[in-house]
Amino acid sequence: MSQVSMRIGFIPLVDAAALLIAVDKGFAAEEGLAVELMREVSWSNVRDKLNIGLFDAAHLLAPLAIASSLGVGHVRVPLLAPFMLGLNGNAITVSPELYDALAATATGDLSDPLVSARALSGVVAERRRGGAEPLTFGMTFPFSTHNYQLRLWLAAGGVDPDEDVRLVVLPPPYMVDSLASHQVDGFCVGAPWNSVAVGLGIGRIVHFGCDIVARSPEKVLAVRAAWAADRPGVLERLLRALDRAAKFINDPATEVEVVGLLAAPNRVGVDPDIIRGTLNGRMPVALGGDPRFSVDYILIGRSGAARPDPAHAAWLYAQMVRWNQTAWSPDLLAAAKACFRPDLYDAALGGSARTRSSPEHFDSVGAFAGPPFDPDDVPGYVEAVRSRER
Amino acid sequence: MDPALKIVIADENPVRAAILADGLREAGYTQVTRIDEMTNLLARIYTLDPDVILIDLENPSRDVLAQMFQVSRAVRRPIAMFVDQSDAAAIEAAVDAGVSAYIVDGLKKERIKGILDLCISRFNAFARLKDELERAQTALGERKVIDRAKGILMNLKAISEAEAYALLRKTAMNEGKKIADVAQSVVTAAELLK
Repeated sequence: MSQVSMRIGFIPLVDAAALLIAVDKGFAAEEGLAVELMREVSWSNVRDKLNIGLFDAAHLLAPLAIASSLGVGHVRVPLLAPFMLGLNGNAITVSPELYDALAATATGDLSDPLVSARALSGVVAERRRGGAEPLTFGMTFPFSTHNYQLRLWLAAGGVDPDEDVRLVVLPPPYMVDSLASHQVDGFCVGAPWNSVAVGLGIGRIVHFGCDIVARSPEKVLAVRAAWAADRPGVLERLLRALDRAAKFINDPATEVEVVGLLAAPNRVGVDPDIIRGTLNGRMPVALGGDPRFSVDYILIGRSGAARPDPAHAAWLYAQMVRWNQTAWSPDLLAAAKACFRPDLYDAALGGSARTRSSPEHFDSVGAFAGPPFDPDDVPGYVEAVRSRER
Repeated sequence: MDPALKIVIADENPVRAAILADGLREAGYTQVTRIDEMTNLLARIYTLDPDVILIDLENPSRDVLAQMFQVSRAVRRPIAMFVDQSDAAAIEAAVDAGVSAYIVDGLKKERIKGILDLCISRFNAFARLKDELERAQTALGERKVIDRAKGILMNLKAISEAEAYALLRKTAMNEGKKIADVAQSVVTAAELLK
């Protein structure tokens, strides 16, 4: 097997784990891939460097891979997602002041997202009556699950994300500072930033992302369609290395090694305890409080999480349509679905790798509010969501 | 050339930003403003209301600009990235140089072609300058450590400076290392044995 050199871009986040372990544990090298990992500072950089060929592959926001394939907000470069690097992994964190206001307004248990969303609606109305500035929430990118999860939560309580509050893009490393300096009242971001805010006592986690969307398509391994067509063998080798890495991460016996590799300064570069807590879905939601645990907090490789699901691509496209980022058209839907490639995943890893998504989320996403999602009826879904909010 | 265009440079590196701003002014653009503090970047940009925004790729706040493509209450004047399908070469050159350009929607791309070209050449010039500076600093650092190692060897072995240097060179050749690396080992060992 000839040695192939590759450059793969990533953002230092825990959900890059399968990629980072595949390289640092030597699985990629065993497949004959000499991978140079390129740590980046913005999703715009990752997308641009992938699009123009400076990167062969990249750790990318799932909705951004679709936006690039559709040419939404940017030049159109068709990308493929043959491997999901992670489902879920986000959380919504608010300032202690906002948390107290929610608690004072809530009728019921705040851990129920419908209760917290309605409480937030009450707080928003109260502030408007008092002439206060609208609340501001941070998220990581317009084409991100963070944006869509935040919007889903806000809208479920009757808050219009574009009119009643401000949503602003913030680079993840700036989230915590922005919350501390009251530039934002809350945010939706991935690990480690929620735990960092909790640890400093300047934020409380109100919800794990999986409370809002049970199986949220978070990050993909993205490659250019043209690149994949030219190098099917190389892609298969990369997918095998990622699959081995995902299995390695989920083996309880390897925890110390995995956490150590990911915590390295040139990788995720944060406190090993935060990485361990994230991978195990166990973290304090308030300073000094008991950790909260969810088996679904982040899914890397397990429960069929790595196999791309075109229904997920359709759901992300539906969010883009629903929030006016792009228009509805059957062609765009088809292009979005064609971006997620379970066939390439199966070809590389064999049928045995196939596992169906858990049956309780019959619509394959499991949003806590709104109509069930039907990938074959996006206009009907968007219409149903909008009519509920009128 | 369009002197009326309002140009904003968002770059935390003051030297590079100054090099670019000077270049633009020399080329006749009179309305050039630098933002070197990224907090509240959008608010700052809206206050300046530029036609063109130039941002370096080392800047995590680049993603903040992505928000300006959106139509929402937070965004007053939609901004587009300087891209279209025909500009592939220009975009590659810009990304390669480490800079990205955003323009207000509707602005003719030809009007900023000159700005982008200037930007790319100034960014590349800055990168070369930085490289040269780093090389000069490394060379200076190496010379210092070699001088210290020579001094240590001269004291320890009561040899001349030329003999000390010859010894370092011979060891480096035998071990397949750089003279500066061998010199560093000598200095480190001497520190440990103090």
